[in-house]
Amino acid sequence: MTIKYNNVYINETATITGPYEANGPLKKYFDKTYDDLYFKAKTWEQAETKLINESIDMLKNKSNIKTASILIGGDLLNQIVASSYAASKINSSFIGIYAACSTSTLGLILGANFIENKLAENVITFASSHNNGAEKQYRYPIEYGGPKPKTTTFTTTGAASALLTKIKKGIKIESGTIGKVVDSKTTNVFHMGAVMAKAAADTINKHLTDTGRTIDYYDLILTGDLGVYGKEIIKEYMKEEYNIHLKNYNDTGTMIFDVDSQPVYAGASGAACAPLVTYSYIFSQMKKKKLNKVLLVATGALMNPTMTNQKLTIPAVAHAVSLEAV
Amino acid sequence: MKDKYQKIVDKYTPKEAVFYNTIIAFIIGGIMGIIGELLIEFYQYYFSVSSKEATVCMLITLIFLSCLFTSLGFFDKWVNFCKCGLIIPITGFAHATQSAALEYRKEGLVTGIGANMLKLSGAVIIYGIIGSFVFSLIRMLVGLV
Repeated sequence: MTIKYNNVYINETATITGPYEANGPLKKYFDKTYDDLYFKAKTWEQAETKLINESIDMLKNKSNIKTASILIGGDLLNQIVASSYAASKINSSFIGIYAACSTSTLGLILGANFIENKLAENVITFASSHNNGAEKQYRYPIEYGGPKPKTTTFTTTGAASALLTKIKKGIKIESGTIGKVVDSKTTNVFHMGAVMAKAAADTINKHLTDTGRTIDYYDLILTGDLGVYGKEIIKEYMKEEYNIHLKNYNDTGTMIFDVDSQPVYAGASGAACAPLVTYSYIFSQMKKKKLNKVLLVATGALMNPTMTNQKLTIPAVAHAVSLEAV
Repeated sequence: MKDKYQKIVDKYTPKEAVFYNTIIAFIIGGIMGIIGELLIEFYQYYFSVSSKEATVCMLITLIFLSCLFTSLGFFDKWVNFCKCGLIIPITGFAHATQSAALEYRKEGLVTGIGANMLKLSGAVIIYGIIGSFVFSLIRMLVGLV
């Protein structure tokens, strides 16, 4: 379904990343970068918690608020544990969400509902991921060097948070489309682009149908983390299935790293990937009016190692938000 | 029967460089064999041990070096490049075990290292034993022993 918003604005954002993102092309747009993956914490999981807390603290400082009515967010770890531990240090009502790498846009949509309906004065929404935490949980130990296929994506390390209010400042959330879960019949855990591209295509089509818009309405369509190969898959699939030509299109998974020179295979993935790129680089372009209308479609592979070991295919979901420069 | 979407996926899924990888693995695997042989000769010559004992010493040396290099953090890059050239010899087993042990160290000696160390390499032990059993059985049945 698509929900229209009249008075919801992203007033402020805060982005913190790890070393790989800092070596990428978008470094100067991030608020803060670290050159150590531990972030001065003891373990990867605790490091991710620290990242979230630091990002939210930074957001509060930048926007000069003490607390938020509601905190909405999630990460990739089991039981979204990094978020829960981070929230335990924050004095706000907390809604933990899991939507894999589409957490950021789902958080924005949920938060926007509270603001639009005047149920909350302000909402902070965040998403985070940690490369080593995710590798450890979903794949192999960090120091294990078994070869990976070219289609493998590299989990982004970072946390991004955003403050939503009804005050007309920053970026407007114009509407949001909550996607349905799509099973693309893919079992390859090293090809997340193929797992998610179909879900992204479905959500984009649904959004355009619901709003009665054509694809040209947007200056930029931005998918979450399909990577180099997923990007080609969605372009061709949208053309064949829906007769939609993705022209002004990009994928945040191919933007945050330099795919050619960094060891990231098919590009970036992770819950933090889409919001890190959007809140930093895309928002700066929108504030300069180089982009006015952007459709952000964060994509999540709802992968679980137990189920893939049981030979089941991997379901995926994509949630879209329509963003407008104010 | 593949649907439209899966055909598009296949079209844009790059082929792995199987031939190149095989050549690399073949060359590195051969070099590993030479290193192993040199180590056996070394132990036999300098420590005057039998060839059987020298083989054990060679294995321990290779296991030690793989574990050390894994802990120092650069062996994963070597394995990633050499692929089966380093994975199939004893170095691969040591690397898999050591990397898992490092990963779970912070979750405790028993609940962490103890429970997870053989996460990747446990299968090698189990199917190694089953394999030896089956082949021994075959050898016994055809009367080689």
